[in-house]
Amino acid sequence: MTRRSTAVLALLLATAASYGVHAQVTADRLVNATREPRNWMIYSGGYFSNRHSLLTQITPANAKDLELKWMYQAAVAGAWQTTPLVVDGVMYLTQRPNDVVALDAKTGRVFWIYRHQLDPTQIVCCGSNNRGLAILGDTLYMGTLDANLIAIDAKSGHPIWKTRVADNNAGYSVTLAPLVVKDKVIVGVGGGEYGIRGFVAAFDAKTGREAWRFYTIPGPGEAGFDSWKACPPDEKPYCDSEAWKHGGGSVWVTGSYDPALNQTYWGVGNAGPDWNADQRPGDNLYTDSVVALDADTGRLKWHYQFTPHDRYDYDSVQVPVLADITWRGTPIKAMVWANRNGNFYVLDRETGRFLVGKPFVKVNWMDTFDERGRPHQTIQPAGQPTWPGNQGGTNWYSPSFSPHTGLFYVSAWENYATIFGGTPVEYQEGRNFGGGQNRNYLPVPGAPGLPGLRRGPINNWTEAAATGAVLALDASTGEQKWRYPMTDVTDSGILTTASDVLFTGGREGYFHAIDARSGTLLWKTNLGAQIVNGPISYEVDGKQYVAAISGLSLCVFGLRQ
Amino acid sequence: MGASTLLCAVLGLVLGTPIAAAAQSPGAAPTGDYSPADIAYGARIYDAQCTTCHGANGDGVGGVNLRSGTFRHAITDQDLTRVILGGIPGTGMQAFKFDPAEVGGVVAYLRNMNTIDRGTAKVGDEGRGRTLFEGKGGCTKCHRIGALGSRVAPDLSDIGALRSAGSLLRSITDPTSQMMPINRPVRAVLRDGKVVNGRRLNEDTYTVQLIDDQERLLSLDKSELREYKISTTSPMPSFKGTLSADELGDVVAYLLSLKGR
Repeated sequence: MTRRSTAVLALLLATAASYGVHAQVTADRLVNATREPRNWMIYSGGYFSNRHSLLTQITPANAKDLELKWMYQAAVAGAWQTTPLVVDGVMYLTQRPNDVVALDAKTGRVFWIYRHQLDPTQIVCCGSNNRGLAILGDTLYMGTLDANLIAIDAKSGHPIWKTRVADNNAGYSVTLAPLVVKDKVIVGVGGGEYGIRGFVAAFDAKTGREAWRFYTIPGPGEAGFDSWKACPPDEKPYCDSEAWKHGGGSVWVTGSYDPALNQTYWGVGNAGPDWNADQRPGDNLYTDSVVALDADTGRLKWHYQFTPHDRYDYDSVQVPVLADITWRGTPIKAMVWANRNGNFYVLDRETGRFLVGKPFVKVNWMDTFDERGRPHQTIQPAGQPTWPGNQGGTNWYSPSFSPHTGLFYVSAWENYATIFGGTPVEYQEGRNFGGGQNRNYLPVPGAPGLPGLRRGPINNWTEAAATGAVLALDASTGEQKWRYPMTDVTDSGILTTASDVLFTGGREGYFHAIDARSGTLLWKTNLGAQIVNGPISYEVDGKQYVAAISGLSLCVFGLRQ
Repeated sequence: MGASTLLCAVLGLVLGTPIAAAAQSPGAAPTGDYSPADIAYGARIYDAQCTTCHGANGDGVGGVNLRSGTFRHAITDQDLTRVILGGIPGTGMQAFKFDPAEVGGVVAYLRNMNTIDRGTAKVGDEGRGRTLFEGKGGCTKCHRIGALGSRVAPDLSDIGALRSAGSLLRSITDPTSQMMPINRPVRAVLRDGKVVNGRRLNEDTYTVQLIDDQERLLSLDKSELREYKISTTSPMPSFKGTLSADELGDVVAYLLSLKGR
C-alpha cells in the first residue's frame, strides 16, 4: 500500500467513524436530546417531556406560509396515536396494529416496514393503539398489543430480540412508547379495564432481560398495601377483600426522567373495577398516582395520589412534565400536571411535595385540598352529573411546557359531565372489569342519549355535551392566561417551539398554528379527520418541518419557498 | 317472523309518569326509569317473540322466572341487551335480531313485568297513525318519509329503528325535550343583511353546515356573519291537546314501523 492510499484509507476510516458515532443514538445524546432540535429522539421530545422544540425557523410572522410537503398514508383504520421519532433525517413510527415504518423524513418515501405478527386472540381494551418507539444505538424498541417488547434493527427493520412483558390472556398489553434510560428500556402495561395488576418494568437494552419491576399495586408486606382495605363484615355485596390482585393501575403513556435526580416518573391509571369503587375499600394505591422511581433499581422514591379511591376512571396517565420554574419566588425543580380529574398540579419532583392544586375545568367531585394535597371528595347523589365526565378534563393527550413563555399548554374538555352508575362485576380473567353503567350528561331533559365517542366527521355530539379548548396556564400557579376555544372536543397533543408557535389539532380535523403568547390563530388547515397524536418538529437539510397525523394520514408541513 | 311485521300496533302511549324500575336485590338494581311507551312496545315484542319459550308469565323455561327481577346471566341492562342480542351458547336462548328501539323496549318490559297492568293499555294502529301523520297532523310539511314530505326537519324514514317508543311520544308532545342537539335551529345574518334560517347539520370552530328553510345546503364561515345564533327550542309545535291520546298512540305506532329497510 502506498503512503497516499494509506492516507486516503485513514481519512475514510475517520469519516466513517465520525459518521458512525454521529448515527449512534447514545445514552448521552438522549440526555441532551433537546439540544439537537433537528432530531426528535424521545416520545415527548426530551426527558423532561416538554414537547417543546428549540427550532425557530417557523415563527408567528411566517406561520401563514406553511404548506404541506408530503404525506404518508397508513393502510389500517383507527385512531392513529403514535408520535414519530426522527434521527438524522430518518423518521421511525408505528402504525396499527404493531408495524414499524422507517422513512425519509424529507420526502416520506419508505425504507422498510417491520410487521409484528400479533396473536389473533389478543385482548386490548380500547382499540389497537400504539403510541410509538424508543431508540438507543441503532436499535428501536416497540411494545406490542400482545404484551411483548421487541428490539428492532433501525437500519434493516429486522427483529433482534423479543421479550414477553406480561400475559396477554389476562388482558395485559403494551401500548405506550418505551422510554430508554441509560442501558435500560422502560415500559408499563395497559389493561386497566381487565383487572390487571399494573407495573412498570425495565429491560436490558442489549438482551431484553428484565432488570427491575415496580408493581403499581403493592402486594402484602409492601408499603401502601394497607390502602387496599379488608371488607367489613357488613360491607356491600361484591366487596372484595383481595381486590389488590386485580386492582388495575395500568401504565399506558410514556413517563419522564430527571438525569440529575436519577428518578423516572410514571403516571398510573385507574383502579379496577373502574366505577364500582365499593368493591375495593381504601385509597387503592398507587392507582391514579404519579410514582417516582429510582431509574437503576425501580425502587419507589415517592408518590402522590391525585384521586384516592377513584370511582370515575380518572386515569393519571398524563405525561409527567418536568419544569424548572419559580414558585413563590423560589426556583424549584417542579413537575406540572393537568390531570384527567380536572385539576392542575405543581409538585416538587425531588420529594413529591404538593405545592399547587387548582381546577382548570369545572370540577365537582372534590372541593378543597388539605395541606398535603389530599382532595376532600364530594360524591354527587345518584343520578346527578359529575364534572369532569368519564373521559376527563383532559386525558392522555400530550401537553406542552414552554420554558420560553413559562406557560403550560393542555387540551381540555370543558363543560363535560357524566352520570356515573357503578354496578357489581365479578373478576374473570381476560374479561372486561369495568363495573359500571355511565351516561353522558346532556342538559336537555329527557333527550335520547348522545352518539358514542367514536363518531365520524359530523359533530353530532355538539356543545350540548362538551366543547374543546387549548388552555394556557401559568406553570407555577395554574392561572389561565389564555384560552383557544373549539366547538368540538380535542384529543390532540400540543407542540410548542422556542419561536412561540403552538401546534395542535382536534377532532374537527383542523391543524392549527397558534401564537403561544397571546393565543391568537396564526394559520390553520383542514386535514379532514381527527388528529389524536402529538405533533413534533424536526429539521432536515436546514429546513424545519412539523408533523401531525390526521385520520390515516401523516402530514408534514414546512414553509413555502 | 321478522321483527318489523310485529309492529303493526303498539299499546296506547298516554301515561305521563314513568314507571320506576322494579325493586332488585341490593346493589344489583338497574339504573334509571323506563317509559310506559317503551314498556308497552316491549310487551308487544315479548308477546310475539318470547312467549313461545318463556310463556306469557315469564316462567315457561324451567328454573327461569323472568318476573323475579333477577337474571342468572345479567345484572345490568347492558347485560340483558347482550343476552337478548347474542343469546346464551349451549342453551335454548337464541340470539335475536332487534334494533335499539326494540331491544330497549324488551328490556324495559322485562324490568317491569311484575308491575305493569296489561289490562289498562290500549293498542295504537299504524294505519290510522299514517293517515294522521300525512293529514290532520300536517307532519309532512316539515318531515320526510321515503319520497314524501319536506326536508326542512329531520327525515323520519328510519326513526322507528333509532328512537324508543317513549322518546317518540315525548317528541310529539314536548318536541324541545327530544331534539338532538345537532338538529338545533340556526339563525344567521350574512354580511349583506340577508337572514338565513335552517337546521344545523354539522358545526366546527370556524364553520357551520345547515339545510335552510328553502331546502338548500349551506356552509357558512362564522367569521363572515353579522349574527349567529343556535336556539335550544325546537321549531316543532307540541301536539299535546291537538291530537287525542288514542291518536298519539296511533302516530307513535306508525313511527315505530319506520325502520328504513
